[in-house]
Amino acid sequence: MLRTKEGARVIGEMAANCKPQVVACYPITPTTHLTEELNKYYTDGKIPEYITVEAEFSAISALIGASAAGSRTFTTTGGQGLLYMHEPLFSAAGMRLPIVMLVGNRAVSSPLNIWNDEQDSISQRDTGWIQIYCKNNQEAVDTIPQAFYVAEKILLPVMVCVDGHYLTHAVEQVDVADESVVAKFLPEYKYPLKLDPQNPVSLGVYANPTHYQIFRQDLVSDMEAAKELLIEAGKKWGELTGREYGLIREYKTKDAKRIIVGLGSVMDNVITVVDELRAQGEKVGALHLRVYRPFPHEELRKALAGKQIGVIDRDISIGGSAPVYVEVSEALSGTKGTKVSSFYGGLGGRGIKRNHIKEMFEKLKKGPVKEWIAKEAPKAAMSG
Amino acid sequence: MIIPHAKPGSSTENLTGEWKAYMPVVTGDKCIKCGICQNFCPEGIMGEVKKIPEIDYEYCKGCSICANECPVKCIAMERVEED
Repeated sequence: MLRTKEGARVIGEMAANCKPQVVACYPITPTTHLTEELNKYYTDGKIPEYITVEAEFSAISALIGASAAGSRTFTTTGGQGLLYMHEPLFSAAGMRLPIVMLVGNRAVSSPLNIWNDEQDSISQRDTGWIQIYCKNNQEAVDTIPQAFYVAEKILLPVMVCVDGHYLTHAVEQVDVADESVVAKFLPEYKYPLKLDPQNPVSLGVYANPTHYQIFRQDLVSDMEAAKELLIEAGKKWGELTGREYGLIREYKTKDAKRIIVGLGSVMDNVITVVDELRAQGEKVGALHLRVYRPFPHEELRKALAGKQIGVIDRDISIGGSAPVYVEVSEALSGTKGTKVSSFYGGLGGRGIKRNHIKEMFEKLKKGPVKEWIAKEAPKAAMSG
Repeated sequence: MIIPHAKPGSSTENLTGEWKAYMPVVTGDKCIKCGICQNFCPEGIMGEVKKIPEIDYEYCKGCSICANECPVKCIAMERVEED
């Protein structure tokens, strides 16, 4: 059904259509409106249990318990809230609990900033959660049921990442699949080993040096196996709604000489610039990296080998190279004639505009660079 | 796909002695069967009091408390050789 609604609220509608049994949230900008929306569905009786908690650590911990008891679970956070969940995020993945979380990507302190970048979720990449980055609200809404589908088959938690404000607060027209469509797509959830007093077990307890690595190896190979399931979910969703999804989305890459790769909402800007430059006869393209964990090495090699690549990171690794750039480079290493450049910035709500992207495409003509997007000298007022 | 879990009582199946670097070795003829080592052993794996200790090495962590407490010093801590 077509809706013209704010991003966070329309995501709430879809989350409720997926029939989570337990939701636990602690509101934080930029997904406060999503917590409000979920609460409204609880009040209306559509979500059976909504736990109001005192912080994000508690929100994810409550869901670890609820998920282990066999419930379908959903939550949302972003920025500092996601960082506060850091430790239980590892536990949720290690215990193989298929929790789905909507992350409203937000900058991290300090300085305090509520606007968008992706430092929060990129810094959680090694926790064992599947990470999907959406470039608009239609993708966000379509990705929620796919996240449950994959999570509950492979028993891994999923973060659905949407850019705070740019998407969470954007009002645009979105087609929301209704309950009956979701019901056709998403089978009823049955956790194979739930907490049950009749058959007591402890989950995620202590493993000796002789066993610990075996569990981690299993987690790594199942994360790799999740690729097939993500593709399967994207195809099935396409059959039902006409909107198919994969691990990556290519835009005019086939004959392109220069391609910009990135996560999230900035990629719709890149696509606009690709059209503008194509109109002037330039062979450029865009590649939206939709799934960041598991990382689609093979798909990237196929799409990008031999070309001039620019990777946008709206996250940084202080003292190292930009994380998405590093992994794209690794995926393309050994391919003939490929050159990879790194453009990082757009932090804390600093927009990456069309002229910035045009400059990036221009720089790709010459050769690999590693540089800030829209770098500016500190203003006098900022220093002590 | 493995879900890490433990059923009640499974600590009797899961062996925990693997991490020790030193293992206690009792010289039986010096032992006076005082029971001190058996009472002090944090794992309770040194057998019955008033008998020469019988150590269950599958659970012994190599803490050396028994050797330290033994009044006649009949317990030696020997290095565990690894492969």
